[in-house]
Parts: sequence; structure tokens; C-alpha cells
Amino acid sequence: MTVFYFVAFLSIFFALLTIFTKNPVHSVLYLVITFFTFTIHYILLNAQFLAVVNFIVYMGAIMVLFLFVLMLLNLNKDTEPMKSNLVKFIGVIAGCCLLVTFFGVYRVFDISNPLTVVNPEIGLVKNLGKVLFNEFLLPFELSSLLLLTAMIGAILLAKKEPKQI
Amino acid sequence: MEWSFVIEKLILVSIVFVITLVIAMYSTLAERKIAGFMQDRYGPDRAGLFGILQPLCDGGKFFFKEEIIPAGAHKVLFILGPTIAIITACISSAVIPWGQELQIGDRTISLQVAQGINVGVLYMFGVIALGVYGIMLGGWASNNKFSLMGAIRAASQSISYEIAMGLSLIALLMVTRTLTLEEIVAQQSGFVNWNIWAQPLGFIIFMVCAFAECNRVPFDLPECETELVGGYHTEYSSMKLGLYMFSEYINMFVSSALMASLYFGGYNFPFMNDLGLSANMITIIGVVVFFIKILLFIFFFMWVRWTLPRFRYDQLMNLGWKMLIPLAIANIVLTGVFTLIKDTYFS
Repeated sequence: MTVFYFVAFLSIFFALLTIFTKNPVHSVLYLVITFFTFTIHYILLNAQFLAVVNFIVYMGAIMVLFLFVLMLLNLNKDTEPMKSNLVKFIGVIAGCCLLVTFFGVYRVFDISNPLTVVNPEIGLVKNLGKVLFNEFLLPFELSSLLLLTAMIGAILLAKKEPKQI
Repeated sequence: MEWSFVIEKLILVSIVFVITLVIAMYSTLAERKIAGFMQDRYGPDRAGLFGILQPLCDGGKFFFKEEIIPAGAHKVLFILGPTIAIITACISSAVIPWGQELQIGDRTISLQVAQGINVGVLYMFGVIALGVYGIMLGGWASNNKFSLMGAIRAASQSISYEIAMGLSLIALLMVTRTLTLEEIVAQQSGFVNWNIWAQPLGFIIFMVCAFAECNRVPFDLPECETELVGGYHTEYSSMKLGLYMFSEYINMFVSSALMASLYFGGYNFPFMNDLGLSANMITIIGVVVFFIKILLFIFFFMWVRWTLPRFRYDQLMNLGWKMLIPLAIANIVLTGVFTLIKDTYFS
């Protein structure tokens, strides 16, 4: 349990650093560390597959792409655009909405009666695969369809317009 | 957890670490010797017999060179770059099974650092994917256009080839039906069970991707010296440059070990169970055989380096996205069909 509290502290600490740091590249790097602490959380929960997939997909691929884009943009303090008051106002409203949601969650959250995992081995590859392809087959396939659609959409957007003849 | 277990693992980790470093060290010499052989010249032969002390001289020179951090560089990330590169290179060998179990007295010692990891193959894959951060951060922090170009090339190349690599792995996993590396190796006992016979196409795709992930010729675009001065390590000097080069050689060693254990039977060798040797003897021969396989792969890496010219960047991307990924998907479909037919009619 002490390990959990320590890692949880690290997660929150680096998540806060992600928000508060000025330099965008630093921000991405702190986010990478935050994802790494999530991986540790998954390992603590014995969800080995999820841990390693989080590691590969988020840390190894998505954040590399983020960093890639930021390096190309080369954002500095002088090139930082001035945010208009409207944007700031919308930001405050969005933050308040998040706060309300948190309070709502906290109110219904029953700390004295936590959920326990029925099968602690559920996170191992074999068991997870069996559950995904039996009980949750439809949602699983639907989400894969959704990802495929998104991928085709991205390719369509990136494609050059065919020349008019 | 008992103390003997911890000590046993510590010894194993130290041995693996030392072997990795020594092989990486002598790969630098071997590379120059092989280059010399292929270009009909001697290669380094002044330091010691046949130049055997050359890596030590190089290492010493790296340490005593002046260390320069450019004025416009981001200091922390500049140092972090090579650090990440070398750390990720060193931790990736944790799940490779170096041999079968060794019996000493009534103790059974397993020759694998992290045993029973449910997702061993994926772990390797993740660590290799993480290695690109070292190159990217180093290249960006140098505050140099050439370094940045190298870093960006490294990132896009590594992400593109990871996909094909993962897809070729999926076909292999459909055959082995497990993600645990020691089980995959144990399944390939003898000679006819090697996965290369079941997955020849998958192996070729995996090997091409391994070349790209290690930034080796013909995929060494990130450090392409004819276009980018020195690529991502243009601004690096002294031991930091040394660490970058070292991590490349360690990566090469680890990918050779991975290819040998995934497709070429790891520590298994032909007729291993028919020779009538004791279990310990088989284990020891197995370890030797495994290292011979790894060294052959490293030789192959070098052979290719001095044979093929470098790709152009658009050719590299076309090969990755338009050739290897469709091939890998076709391989998955074929493997699935064959497995289905085999299970339905021949079981």
C-alpha cells in the first residue's frame, strides 16, 4: 500500500508539473513520466498486458509523435501567442465544470465499500484475451471499427487534392 | 524472497551486463576489421595483437577528450539524451533466456534475469520503442538544425518501422500461442521446430525492421553524414558521443539475441536430446550455441553495412509503409488460414 501511495504521489506531482511548466517540450516529457507512473500502477494491479501496452502505445508511440510535432514547431516564449480574454473565460468555465464533476463523483463514491476484483489474474494476457473475445466481443469489434474509421479519415485529410484535368 | 535468490539474480545480472558491454566493445573492433576485410585492407592492427586492444584505446580516448556543451544547448536534456539511450539499451536484455536451467547441487538456477514475465516479447518491444527518446532529446537539445533533422528522422523512422515489426510479431505469436519468451524458445527444441521454418516471411520483415530500429545501414538516415554532418550527435563530443555509439552496438547485440531466440531456436541446437549428455552439459553447450548465433547475426549486420548503400528518405518511408506493412498483414492472414487448416484437418 505504501508503494501505491508513493507512486500515486508521483503521478499527481508530474501531472501538475505537466500543466504548470512553461516550456512545451518539458511539459511533454513530464507527461511521459506521468504515463510511466501509470504503467507502474497497472503492474501493481497485476494487469501486465495493460501495463506493457500503455508503455508501448502511449510512451513509445503517441508521446514520441507529440514531441516530434513540438520540435518542429519550435515554440519559444517570444513566439507564444497572446491569449484573448474570451479564451481565458472559456478556460475558467471548463475548469469549473471539471470541479463540479469531481464533487459529484466524490459524493456518490463509497469509500467504505471499495470494489474488489473477482479474479486477480484477469490482467494476464490469456485471461484478458478470453474475456475480450467472449463477453465483450461486440464492444471490442465496434471500437476497432471506430479506430479504422478515424484512420481512414486521417489519411483522407492528409491526402493531396487530385489535380483537376 | 530468500537471500540466495537475490544473490543469484545479482550475479546473473552482472554477468549479462559485463557480457553485453564486452560484446558491444568488441563489435566496434569487429566492424572495422570486417570493413577492412571487405575493402581489401588491414583495419586497425597497431594496438596489441591484431588490434585486440583497440576498443580499450578508443574508450580511454573518449574519456580524456574535452567535453563540450554548446552555449545554445538545453543543458539538462543534452545530458539526458545519451543517458536514456544507454539505459534503455542496457535494460532490454532482461527477458532474454540465455540458456536452460543449471543444476548445482540441489539448486536449480535459471539463466534468465526476469523469469516468468507474462509479456516478455512486448517488454522488449516497449523498451526498444523507448530508445528513440534518447536520440530525439539529444538532437533537439543540441540546438542545431542538423541535429534536429537527425532527431526527427529517427522518430519518424522508428515509429514507421515499429508498426511492421509489431505486425510480423503478431504472426509469430499466432504460431507460438504465448508471449513468454522462455516458452517460445523452449518450444523450438531440436532443429525442425525452429520458428524460421514456420515464419520465413515474418522473419525477413522482422529483420528489416530490426535494422531500421537500430539505425543501421541501409537505414542510418538519422546520422547520415553526407547530408547532416553527423546527424543527431553532431554537437556531441567525448564520452557522451561514446555512449550514443555504444548504445547503438548494444541495441544491435540485443536485437540479434531477440532474432536468434524468436526465430532461430535460442539455445536449442540440433540433436540436443540424442547425444546422451547430462542436462548441465546441454545447458552449457546451449549457451555457447546461443552466443554463436548472436555473433553470426552481428556479423550479418556488419556485412550488410559494407554491402548496401543508404536509402533515400522517401524510399525508406515507401518501403516501410507500402511494402513491409502490407506484407506483414498478408503474412498474418496466411498464418491464420494455415493454422485453421492444420487444426481442422490435421490434428
